[in-house]
Amino acid sequence: MLPRRIPWLTFAAPRNFHALVQALAPWLVRGAVVLAIAGLYTGFFVAPPDYQQGNSYRILFIHVPTAWMGMFLYLLMAMYAVIHLVWRIKMADVMARCLAPTGALMTFVALWTGALWGAPTWGTFWVWDARLTSTLVLLFLYLGYMALRSAVDDREKGGRAASLLALVGVVNVPIIYFSVEWWHTLHQGMSVTLTSAPSMAPSMFTALLLMTGACWLYCAAVTLRRAQVDVLEREADTQWVRDVVQRREVNGVSRPGAAVADESAAVREEGRS
Amino acid sequence: MWDGVGDFIAMGGHGPYVWGSYGVFAALLIAEVLLLGRQRRRTRAMLVRRCRRQVAAQSHWGPES
Amino acid sequence: MTKRQKRLTLVVGVLAGLVIATALILNAFRDSMVFFVTPSEVMAMTELPERKFRIGGLVESGSVVRADDSAKVSFRVTDTARSVVVTYDGILPDLFREGQGVVAEGWIDTEGTFHADKVLARHDEEYMPAEAQAAIERAGHPPGAGQEY
Repeated sequence: MLPRRIPWLTFAAPRNFHALVQALAPWLVRGAVVLAIAGLYTGFFVAPPDYQQGNSYRILFIHVPTAWMGMFLYLLMAMYAVIHLVWRIKMADVMARCLAPTGALMTFVALWTGALWGAPTWGTFWVWDARLTSTLVLLFLYLGYMALRSAVDDREKGGRAASLLALVGVVNVPIIYFSVEWWHTLHQGMSVTLTSAPSMAPSMFTALLLMTGACWLYCAAVTLRRAQVDVLEREADTQWVRDVVQRREVNGVSRPGAAVADESAAVREEGRS
Repeated sequence: MWDGVGDFIAMGGHGPYVWGSYGVFAALLIAEVLLLGRQRRRTRAMLVRRCRRQVAAQSHWGPES
Repeated sequence: MTKRQKRLTLVVGVLAGLVIATALILNAFRDSMVFFVTPSEVMAMTELPERKFRIGGLVESGSVVRADDSAKVSFRVTDTARSVVVTYDGILPDLFREGQGVVAEGWIDTEGTFHADKVLARHDEEYMPAEAQAAIERAGHPPGAGQEY
């Protein structure tokens, strides 16, 4: 008997990855919508105004989750970049590439909402303090990564160069995170840390957690879908893609559920043989 | 907590900042989802075209053995 | 070593080198990356800076004096150990409050008075409803007292 495949490499196979996303993405989207509705309700109708800032603090419910996602997605991207550089696993490069646009979006929103929050509270849209500057650098790293990929015609070479950039830029993430502790910044310190109780009212913290969950699920759904499209394009000439397309043709595009069931059945069958 | 819709929109005088934040975030998410959807439809159409072309070629030349 | 091991060593090496280099650079620029200096640090300066700089701290309670006929205002910025008198002519941000954080940009004269041409409010990381804040004050722990600079 042949040794079983290492489980964590299962979804590095494009075919399995496609089936996984097909089954997972609708649930991620549903989860994101549910959490977002709960989070917005809690944030706007349960959480009271802040004793100092009044209602402008409600920007926090998107500012903080997007800032966290901006950093988190970069760490993920760098991790996939390492896997791509060392083990030359194609799927890792696909994942890194597909994380970048969403990471850039999240970072941009964090900067944008930060500016609109800073204007009424600090009295300025922007200052060049360590926290704000390093976050701007994060946005440029995402944009640089995407630009580098599209600038090099050779997909393989461009991917490797971009992975290296992603890897180099990862030192910026701890700088962003700890900047408010290492230096005097205009930006206040951390309200939420792993080691101590959050310094905000429970209803505010609940809204923040719900919105963070919604953001996380949204990012997962969008990046996985993007990677799925990328995989289909790359593998357009393989038999499994033709099978997927044909099955969809037979079942009809209007019934995606049937196609999903068929696909996962096919994958299970393949696993048995 | 809110004294009617007007009070909610006003956000204690910080309405433009709060809704400017949420509005831009929502617009960007919608834009990303729409762009991705367009890309998906394009790819699917491309794959279907290829598949049909191949099926047509096979029926013309007979099945590959 | 296999090719893969070589690549792994290379990647880890590059990353380690980068982290060390960044740490050294950040350490070297430690002082100039500071967005503001505290009143104690101002007092410890041996010569007055010629360029504009920023000082930060808390607005000392009861120190705010507003002019009757203009927008001129003066207040003391404290880090609880030392304090500096700041004068400012302009509109203060909403969150400018006694006992709250503030960052002022300007220059300091030989008398030790800081002439600000920009004042920014700095808020703490505490978020709570007004009722909770009132309860805390009744208990005798004003917010912001725990803020460190």
